[in-house]
Amino acid sequence: MSDQAPSEVTVTVNGTEIEAQPGEMLIAATDRAGIHIPRFCYHERMSSVGMCRMCLVDVDTGRGPMLQPSCMVPVADGMVVDTESDDTKRAQEGILEFLLVNHPLDCPVCDKGGECPLQDQTIAYGPGESRFVEEKRHFEKPIPISDLVHLDRERCILCDRCTRFADEIAGDPLIQFTERGNSTQVLTFPDEPFSSYFSGNTVQICPVGALTAAPYRFKARPWDLEETESTCTTCSMGCRISVQSSRNELVRYLGVDVESVNHGWLCDKGRFNFEAINSDERLTVPLVRDQENQRQLLGTDWGSALAAAAEAIGQAGPQGVGIIGGSRLTNEDAYAWSKMARSVIGTDNIDAQLDDGLPAELVLGLPPATIADACEADTVLIVGPDLKEELAILHLRLRGAATRGRTKVVQIGPTATGSESYAQHSIRCQAGEAAKTLTELLSSSDPLAQQLRDGSVVTILGRASMAESADPAISVAAVIRAELPHATFLSALRRGNVRGALDMGLAPGFLPGRVRIDNPSQALLQKWTDIPKEQGLGTTEMLQAAAAGKIETLVLLGADPLCDFPDRNLAAEAIQKVKTVVAIDNFVTSSVAQADIVLPATAYGEQNGTTTNIEGRVSRVIQKITPPGSTRDDWMIATELAWRLGGDLGLTSKDEIWREIEQVAPSHTGITLERVTSDETHEGILVQQSSIDLTLPIPQDTPIADGYGLRLISGRKLWDGATATAHSPSLQHLAEPPTLKVHPNDLQRLGIPSGSEVRVISTRATENLTAVADSNIQRGTAVLPFNQPGGGANRFIDATATINDIRIETL
Amino acid sequence: MKFFTDENLLLAEEIIGRYPKPRSAMIPLLHLAQEQEGWVTDEAMAEIAELVGTTSAEVLGTCSFYEMFKRHPVGKYVINICTTMSCALMGAGDLMKHAELRLGVKSGSTTADGMFTLEGAECQAACTEAPCLQVNYRHQYKVTANQFDALVEELGSSDHEVPEHGVLSQVRQHIPEDRFVGVVPPEDVTTAPVWLNDNGSDQ
Amino acid sequence: MSEMTGTPIAHAPGFIANETPRIVTARFDHADSHTLERYEATDGYQALRKALQLTPEEVHSEVTAATLLGRGGAGFPAGVKWGFCPPGVWPRYLVVNGDESEPGTYKDRLLMELDPHQLIEGCLIACYAVGLSQCFLYIRGEMAVAQERVATALNDAYDAGYIGKNILGTEFSVDIVLHWGAGAYVVGEETALIESLEGNRGMPRLKPPYFPASIGLYGQPTIVNNVETLANLPWIVQHGAAAFTAIGTESSPGTRMVAVSGHVKRPGVYEIVNGTTTFRDLLYGADMCGGIRDDNQLKAFVPGGGSAPWFTPDQLDLPFEASQVGPQGSMLGSGAIMVMDETTDIPSAALTLTKFYAHESCGKCVPCREGGTWLEQILRRVVEGRGTPRDLELLIEVGETICPGDFPHAAVPSKGIEAVPFPYRMTTICFVGPSAFAPVHSALTLFREEFEAKVAGNEHPTMIEVAVDV
Ligand SMILES: Cc1cc2nc3c(=O)[nH]c(=O)nc-3n(C[C@H](O)[C@H](O)[C@H](O)COP(=O)(O)O)c2cc1C
Ligand code: SF4
Ligand code: FES
Repeated sequence: MSDQAPSEVTVTVNGTEIEAQPGEMLIAATDRAGIHIPRFCYHERMSSVGMCRMCLVDVDTGRGPMLQPSCMVPVADGMVVDTESDDTKRAQEGILEFLLVNHPLDCPVCDKGGECPLQDQTIAYGPGESRFVEEKRHFEKPIPISDLVHLDRERCILCDRCTRFADEIAGDPLIQFTERGNSTQVLTFPDEPFSSYFSGNTVQICPVGALTAAPYRFKARPWDLEETESTCTTCSMGCRISVQSSRNELVRYLGVDVESVNHGWLCDKGRFNFEAINSDERLTVPLVRDQENQRQLLGTDWGSALAAAAEAIGQAGPQGVGIIGGSRLTNEDAYAWSKMARSVIGTDNIDAQLDDGLPAELVLGLPPATIADACEADTVLIVGPDLKEELAILHLRLRGAATRGRTKVVQIGPTATGSESYAQHSIRCQAGEAAKTLTELLSSSDPLAQQLRDGSVVTILGRASMAESADPAISVAAVIRAELPHATFLSALRRGNVRGALDMGLAPGFLPGRVRIDNPSQALLQKWTDIPKEQGLGTTEMLQAAAAGKIETLVLLGADPLCDFPDRNLAAEAIQKVKTVVAIDNFVTSSVAQADIVLPATAYGEQNGTTTNIEGRVSRVIQKITPPGSTRDDWMIATELAWRLGGDLGLTSKDEIWREIEQVAPSHTGITLERVTSDETHEGILVQQSSIDLTLPIPQDTPIADGYGLRLISGRKLWDGATATAHSPSLQHLAEPPTLKVHPNDLQRLGIPSGSEVRVISTRATENLTAVADSNIQRGTAVLPFNQPGGGANRFIDATATINDIRIETL
Repeated sequence: MKFFTDENLLLAEEIIGRYPKPRSAMIPLLHLAQEQEGWVTDEAMAEIAELVGTTSAEVLGTCSFYEMFKRHPVGKYVINICTTMSCALMGAGDLMKHAELRLGVKSGSTTADGMFTLEGAECQAACTEAPCLQVNYRHQYKVTANQFDALVEELGSSDHEVPEHGVLSQVRQHIPEDRFVGVVPPEDVTTAPVWLNDNGSDQ
Repeated sequence: MSEMTGTPIAHAPGFIANETPRIVTARFDHADSHTLERYEATDGYQALRKALQLTPEEVHSEVTAATLLGRGGAGFPAGVKWGFCPPGVWPRYLVVNGDESEPGTYKDRLLMELDPHQLIEGCLIACYAVGLSQCFLYIRGEMAVAQERVATALNDAYDAGYIGKNILGTEFSVDIVLHWGAGAYVVGEETALIESLEGNRGMPRLKPPYFPASIGLYGQPTIVNNVETLANLPWIVQHGAAAFTAIGTESSPGTRMVAVSGHVKRPGVYEIVNGTTTFRDLLYGADMCGGIRDDNQLKAFVPGGGSAPWFTPDQLDLPFEASQVGPQGSMLGSGAIMVMDETTDIPSAALTLTKFYAHESCGKCVPCREGGTWLEQILRRVVEGRGTPRDLELLIEVGETICPGDFPHAAVPSKGIEAVPFPYRMTTICFVGPSAFAPVHSALTLFREEFEAKVAGNEHPTMIEVAVDV
């Protein structure tokens, strides 16, 4: 978007001329000019409905002043507006009196009290007193409309914000007005809750306390809250949020409206998983496995734990150490670990991804696109995971671009996804065969091929299934590079700061600043003592090496391979085989429970720094609360370990680390600490759109299914068994146990009734699961979510195979 | 789980097929559901949502907006006495009082035998024939107390013409296939209708 | 003939013939006026044949020349409205407004029950002239008999080749789809009608900026016309605009149907000459209502549907001409005249109308949703003798939040009351909110002493309360 389209319209408001953009609503123009018009139903990210009539102002278009709703009146040149006329004031007083007629005025016990637009505007614009003596409308007090949101219909002023959001923005029209006139109320259908991934947004935009969020109810009063603006790192979208705390506890996140990223919206996972940070189950002291006594993890002091870790790392030697993880870290922490691995330990065996994303080369080498590029492109081509599940706000942005803009969304993949509802075309392909389908499409005379060739194209590229290797995605990239050279890419990587970790060199063969290990900058060589010559191992290779006894010490940098690596068996074998596992984490995850040395790290909201989102946008994360126990920042842990290994990272604060990054990382040149920390850049700064040279292999055919089995497809769900969800009391029950979905005909062929237990057999495991018939699933395939409480697909996957098949049998 | 009878499902599909967007069929299908069951059940709303491609909440939102859709069982005959101005001027108040006495229920309720639901209604477009009422949306004009009693008698016997609640028009529109122009989603239409270009000559 | 699955029920009574030329009620005298046979035998579908010989533009021009004012309430010329469709935007739709629900209004139902083919022919002419490619005929839900008659007529007309593909062998093809409402007065408002037709809650859409002619059904250009408006088209096409404008006045030509209800000797539906017939002709004329019942005194009358500010005997000589009625403080609206004689208890009469609009509010605008109900509550209190003098002020204050400024009303010279001309200003989207205030305001302005008597506890023994307890 261009910053300021040339405005052609001048409107006089309260005697002052203001510039407005043709076609925009008056209220948008006055907002920009800093003239406040009260309102309830208007919301700048949704269509105007003109319901509340609070924004009436005197508008004169040449025929004398008339009260007009400023949210519905498009500006016109020469329009004269009076927002303070007697008529306007009387109308405002009148509307407020009407709104209060049926409002319970229970402000002292209302979550919204103190930050309530109705309360505030009543004080600013309202009548002194109400003349209403009749009985107010009564409804049953708060009723849950979903697992996370409660509705108090007595407080509701029927502004249509929540219902409009559900329909227009989220695409989940599960709440609606019911009844009519004075009996109108917001409701869900009986037994069909408002189970939207975005339900929390309705609480945020409700102008009264009618909608409240279960995790926040009665937690705090607005005047007790401290808040700071930060960036959400739950996934890699990088939504801007306001982090709010009360008495050193995180109590609420609110979305902050930034044009480039989230438009103010958050998914419920990002919004509510602060509960995990407050959890009693957080790691607060270092733990070391007692060698004699039943091999338990026992609390210890930092000195001993660090010494033990350093010893294990030192003894293993550079080739005997593997470091997995790092996408939970801020950029600064990631940089410290990158430096520590290369120049202190001397190893390049480091990988922030768990071989569940795309090779770093692809992420750093494909011509990049921004989120805004995608939302303005003629066509967005999605070849990857279900964005609604994995990058929920990207899904929301694309949905908006497709339903309210001119962007056409085309997706190619093996299963139904949440994007189908707004896609122009949803093309089903066999698992792992998107490249083939795309090639066929592009060589056909289908108008879609023409559309892709002629217009701008942004590809959202990722792994469509955790049960396939990265090869199919690489093939897709190769086809697109060859056939659609104008197309740009956004990598559908999921974990928090994975993009920043890759930029900082947490990938074998890469150094900070998107450079290959054989091509370090002069500046970097001055700061880093030694750099390994050879490219190291990626996660799969490290785990294989560990399983083969070639790696002695495995460092898990906020990684939980037992849950997150596609191949649970390989991960388990590796962890079992290595001599020492050093885990740096916030919680005792499945993998941490197997570790020998556990170092407790600070978590989100407890540390400052920067994070980089999916499109390469660097923005700040801010400390809001003091960390629990003796937890430490990851960069400090790196520094301390380096000391004990006889090195010196030369890093003493996060600010200082950023200054070094700016110097040594070519892609980050010019992104100075001053710029990063300035309020003006709160949307974040796009890292130079630089990319490395990339040679893509010639696409290979995917192996044919063996005919007996079902091709396994596995994606992640928003509500899964992941740590943050599992430790958030309000969220943990939202994740469903895993079920295997199969086409009804396939089940019938096997004589298996839908809903029954079956034996699932792969080359890796044999386990029992519930199989359910689902006609949305392609024949010959089976869909199993990756990581749900009680299990998931990772038990069945062989990470070394391009694709995975399973067999199912009746018990 | 299926709500509509096979016959009505076919009809529902035919109705949907007449609109450029399926959602437009929502009110006609709610009428069809009410005709089948006498009132609109949750199952009906859920099935209509599926048929027109939306959520049950949306169907509920629409359904509950309109007075005629009943979301709980009502009498076999719903008697609506008009209470708006023209009828009120001509004695609708007395008629309502009489009706309440005769049926033994207050306005808004159903008789114990499930035969009659009595309601006050708004203007029925028969103002010159006041006071008037409707039985299952069939008008009765200039209704006196005696006529009301006679009507109740008649409805209690089998000798009358009023179908059960839910049945509106007893004639359905039928568009012969060979005459049906058919519908095209508005997005797919870009040109003016042919007769505008071609003056629509007689031959 | 279409099959009937049940026994037909007799159509509505109410029409009373008079000496006025019969444009839309010409066939009402025939018992079988609704059949295709009768229609064809009485010039039926000849206008369509004639129109198809002309170009669409010629038909449109003829209608524009006829100055056919919309009969749904707003009185906007149909030909001009048709011209508002933005050029080059297709498809365009026709939505027929057969939702007739305005208190006192009774004419469209007669036209649908007694002469459905005339309406159908009118729809076809409109579609041909403006290039409307599909027509939706929206009939009020509570009109089972009209639905039956129109369905039968549509079926017969389809079979006879008047509707559908290649009408009468020409290129002209259009479907007419019958659609019923389900009971919501506000759906008569054209934007709400479109919402309803899209399967939504019938809540009016905001204007400005959009009129249905530019953005209507499915976001496409859409003409919404009233049943009576369309029923005039066959006659206009057949006899020409000049014949039409020869009747009535230049600004209000032709005839119009009016329903007179309440305290007159012969309440009924009359076709009258537009522009020249006066309210006195209508209420007292020997071939029309024949005077007030029992030869009582006329106290007040509502001249144009429940939304219209009231008139008193002082306005009896005004003709059915918008340009004269407006300055005198009211409107002609939907052609519904409700007559109150001297026995009428005015506050309770006003309550029946305010209750109507409060009940029929769609709930979208705060002033209508909350204000309408509040007005009803206060007024009920006053009518039931529980009011205070303060309540009479409050009624006006609450009303002024719905309609700021001076609300229109009629003059009562004997009381020194001067007229405030129509229209009013409003804080709502549509006219339902203001309509809840209109009767309160008229009654309180013109008959304040009756309200004062109520709050003082002095009942008028001779006046008959009209509000119905429900
Ligand atoms: C609250 C409200 C109710 C209305 N009800 C009706 C109605 O029942 N029938 C009708 O034809 N027009 C009704 N109208 C007028 C329509 O909005 C619209 O002006 C009319 O259908 C246009 O047709 P015409 O130009 O042929 O008169 C109503 C308007 C309002 C504001
Ligand atoms: S004025 Fe009343 S009926 Fe009209 S749109 Fe507003 S709320 Fe709905
Ligand atoms: S903000 Fe404009 S009407 Fe509500």
